[in-house]
Amino acid sequence: MKLSLRIWRQPDADTPGKMVSYEIDDVSEDASFLEMLDVLNERLIAEGEDPVAFDHDCREGICGACSLMIDGQAHGPQAATTTCQLHMRKFKDGDQIDVEPWRAGAFPVIKDLVVDRTAFDRIIQAGGYISAPTGTAPDAHAVPVPKQDADAAFSAAACIGCGACVAACPNGSGMLFMGAKVAHLGLMPQGQPERHTRVLGMVAAHDEAGFGGCTNTGECAAACPKEIGLDVIGRLNRDFRKAAARAA
Amino acid sequence: MSTDLQTRTAAQPGERARAPQGPWRSNIGLKIIMAVSGILLVLFIIAHMAGNLHVFEGREEMNAYAAGLRSFGEPLLPHESFLWIMRIGLIAAALAHIWSAVVLTRRAMVARPVRYASRKPARGESRHAVATMRWGAIVIVLFVVWHLLDLTWRTVNPVKDIHDAYGAVLATFSPERWPVTVFYLLALVALGFHLRHGIWSAVQTISGPNTKWRGRTQAISLAVAVVVVAGFAIVPLAVTFELVS
Amino acid sequence: MSTDFYREGEPIADTKAPAGPISERWEKRRFSGRLVNPANRRKLRVIVVGTGLAGASAAATLGELGYRVANYCFQDSARRAHSIAAQGGINAAKNYRNDGDSVHRLFYDTVKGGDFRSRESNVHRLAEVSTEIIDQCVAQGVPFAREYGGLLDNRSFGGAQVSRTFYARGQTGQQLLLGAYQALQRQVAAGTVDLHTRHEMLELVIADGKARGIVVRDLVTGEISTEIADAVVLATGGYGNVFFLSTNAKGCNVTASWRAHRKGAYFANPCYTQIHPTCIPQSGEHQSKLTLMSESLRNDGRVWVPKRRGDDRAPGDIPEAERDYYLERRYPAFGNLVPRDIASRAAKMVCDEGRGVGPGGLGVYLDFADAIKRLGKKAVEAKYGNLFDMYERITGENPYERPMRIYPAVHYTMGGLWVDYDLSSNIPGLFVTGEANFSDHGANRLGASALMQGLSDGYFVLPNTISDYLADGPFEPLGEDHEAVVAARKEVDDRIAFFLNNDGDRTVDSFHRELGKIMWEYCGMERTDEGLRKAIGLIRGLKDEFYRRVKVTGKAEELNQQLEKAGRVADFFELGELMCIDALHRTESCGGHFRAESQTEDGEAKRDDEHFSYVAAWEYGEDAPVLHKEALEFEYVKPTQRSYK
Repeated sequence: MKLSLRIWRQPDADTPGKMVSYEIDDVSEDASFLEMLDVLNERLIAEGEDPVAFDHDCREGICGACSLMIDGQAHGPQAATTTCQLHMRKFKDGDQIDVEPWRAGAFPVIKDLVVDRTAFDRIIQAGGYISAPTGTAPDAHAVPVPKQDADAAFSAAACIGCGACVAACPNGSGMLFMGAKVAHLGLMPQGQPERHTRVLGMVAAHDEAGFGGCTNTGECAAACPKEIGLDVIGRLNRDFRKAAARAA
Repeated sequence: MSTDLQTRTAAQPGERARAPQGPWRSNIGLKIIMAVSGILLVLFIIAHMAGNLHVFEGREEMNAYAAGLRSFGEPLLPHESFLWIMRIGLIAAALAHIWSAVVLTRRAMVARPVRYASRKPARGESRHAVATMRWGAIVIVLFVVWHLLDLTWRTVNPVKDIHDAYGAVLATFSPERWPVTVFYLLALVALGFHLRHGIWSAVQTISGPNTKWRGRTQAISLAVAVVVVAGFAIVPLAVTFELVS
Repeated sequence: MSTDFYREGEPIADTKAPAGPISERWEKRRFSGRLVNPANRRKLRVIVVGTGLAGASAAATLGELGYRVANYCFQDSARRAHSIAAQGGINAAKNYRNDGDSVHRLFYDTVKGGDFRSRESNVHRLAEVSTEIIDQCVAQGVPFAREYGGLLDNRSFGGAQVSRTFYARGQTGQQLLLGAYQALQRQVAAGTVDLHTRHEMLELVIADGKARGIVVRDLVTGEISTEIADAVVLATGGYGNVFFLSTNAKGCNVTASWRAHRKGAYFANPCYTQIHPTCIPQSGEHQSKLTLMSESLRNDGRVWVPKRRGDDRAPGDIPEAERDYYLERRYPAFGNLVPRDIASRAAKMVCDEGRGVGPGGLGVYLDFADAIKRLGKKAVEAKYGNLFDMYERITGENPYERPMRIYPAVHYTMGGLWVDYDLSSNIPGLFVTGEANFSDHGANRLGASALMQGLSDGYFVLPNTISDYLADGPFEPLGEDHEAVVAARKEVDDRIAFFLNNDGDRTVDSFHRELGKIMWEYCGMERTDEGLRKAIGLIRGLKDEFYRRVKVTGKAEELNQQLEKAGRVADFFELGELMCIDALHRTESCGGHFRAESQTEDGEAKRDDEHFSYVAAWEYGEDAPVLHKEALEFEYVKPTQRSYK
């Protein structure tokens, strides 16, 4: 198939970027979206142009490296699918496709479609863990965990840290990401001792990184490739309220 | 060998990132302030809506109700004291609601410094909220200003007698002043959308229900929004179409 | 002997593993190894390269112990290391099922599964430590699958007779890595670990015979810098991407290991590669990677191809009598559940006969029609629904209606840098953990053992063994002007300058793709003397062309993904050649290494214990590599021939 692409090109963080148009022919419908960009890049290099930079790694939907706002939708039109798993058969011959980086103050553009997501790491550093230094663990069966809690914790822990929630949120908020971790750890008995300090620390780091607040529109959950729901934001709010009341 | 006690190096809670202004100035803290003040405002609106329905009982009853609000609590309390307590509470809630909204909106704008070139319709659970909350809020604020000038201070109302609430209502929605009615109804639509999202959003912010209860909260919000809009709208419509005179 | 490609050097031995009863060796070694006083740990700096299971767990644990750790990864976040993609599970000899499991049985299974090409001491330690890993991960909040009683669930995996595999749905690697990542971030916050993301190690610094640091490139700014330390730990993963198409992430590469190898570290058993039988086949030339489908699919799916060559009817139109369920036919006892290497080779065999299906005839059917008839669509959906969805997303075909197409793909590399019992390479101060080393899996890795090894190395083994080396430190500080540092930096600068200034006309990827094809054709599932010799010639020719014609756009001082790839592919050329030489010299078949010349009458792998019961540790040589043999002795598990008939 034949496509016209409009891709955000920005040489570096300090230079303003713009949308640039590219025509591309003979795209296989069995190719993934990133493989389509690979083909475009091979051509650009051959023509002596700078190829389009984009983040990607595992290409099987689990590492969370790939991003891309495709036609105004985080990870493109297919629900529960990362960009690397999105295939060109979801598009039609002659389509015009807009490709942009995640846009958030907390995710500055590094180059073209590559953004800096270290703000997420800083949120985890502020409390997104259970303090269990190596070697101190009791037997794995010492503390039973109700199956439904373990399953719910797993569903929240399925977050791949891609940042689609932030990209899709009208406020550029990282609440779904943060909520997923707070819910995961808060549902496990091992996570209880640090439950309050965790949520206060993470919320502070979230705000300091420049993410916006939550308007509960649900755009994040709709964009999440791992289908993490608004429940985790509810849990985050609840934990925060209790922790803040206790801290006051 | 050192005899110092060695402690494991680990992040102490005290070393963790802290909001520069404490938890209540954080995004979630401000949202909780917005949610609590919003719920107070909703309670006021429901009471106000119910009170308005006195208009169907006629001039005497309506004006007696209005006077009753001023004399409520007498003789235990001085005249109008209850009304002023309510007013101060209402003003405080409105200011808290607006202040938190403004701060959060400004933070949201900073959080998305560059807009997307390509935009698709929202697809979230509460997708209408993206378009209606902030614009709706502006419409509601403008309306409230007009509403105070019209029916509280009577600046723009032909009936200047403060004690004749019934007359003022009839005068403002009289058929020849139809644009006032249209503006009133428009503001109601904005209010309806604001409540439809605002009520469940407040519950989500304060108590974080699970999926099942979130669905129920959303349904209740919609029901409250419909009842409030209908209850308010019936008065100007009745007056404009001269069902009350 | 093919000694025209290599020279043979002195034999080597692992001098660190204590003698005595195998179950006491690890305890003995922990006691005989020297410790570092807690107050002195602050003065010792350790570099850890890589943030996967082996790297993040090591960095976090060393940080907790009080060492000053510098941790590097090329990804934008430590959480994205490729361990994240492991699906199946992690083995541990907990015997929670009371089904006869024990440390000794896990040890036995792993040695046997590795086709008697691994060290008994190492494998036994792995089995011992396996139970502690589960405890540790549960304490970190890893959400393993649980039963209704709240205790951990187990399943059997990879043909094991006991249920010892712990799992978190199909995302065990992700959950374990996030546990290690969170422990690492905790140490970053505590200030014990300096984490550098988007940094790639491009050279090892050796001074006075000791590994003392690394040269890294900041992938965002292009800045080259040197980090000096008292020890260097490489936890940089496997090299499956030498095949271009593999189940590895696109960024996986051999550069860190290869740079160390070029500086003197031995590379052991490079030809041992694991080919996974159930991957989604290639759909065209645009294909950039292959996706693994969980092995569990073979529990209910039946593998077949048409009996007739070139039969291009739709699968539904091929009557039962004209289908060849070749695994069930050839291996009646195990049927569709034969081990990975056997299933892979059988698929290749039928495709070579021209009976493969799908584009290019490179695929076989994995058919669920019988399972759906027997269990009902609902039950099949409950078991495999997410895998079926993934298959449909990638291929656009509905596996409920049409059999899946699968084909083997490169998955894991058992070979890696040579290490002793302490995980130390032959260069003092250079330690290697996880898939990057060669130590525990022999010639074939069992399912659910990779995660176990990565975490065992990182959490429990390395932090205990590295102290014996660090007890001599801190070592003399090295300045930026030290000749070793200057020389290492110059090598990096020169290489970068070469690529950017080369007046070429071919993209890096086009070379990588071509190299991958050579490797897959001649050093893939089946290797022959003739093919390997041909491959070595082809690789050398292509390498020359690469240096003449490769084209890299852009500058050094920016995010330049072409430049990154160019350096990695350059190293893959040299590794590919060594893999072929190793495969050529090992004229036996064992585990993942199948030499067509060494098979039984019915086409099964035939080991040659008399001549090849050793680890092939290769030393880098400008003209030809030098082979050092480390003899393998089996005191506890006596070598036998595997049979799945």
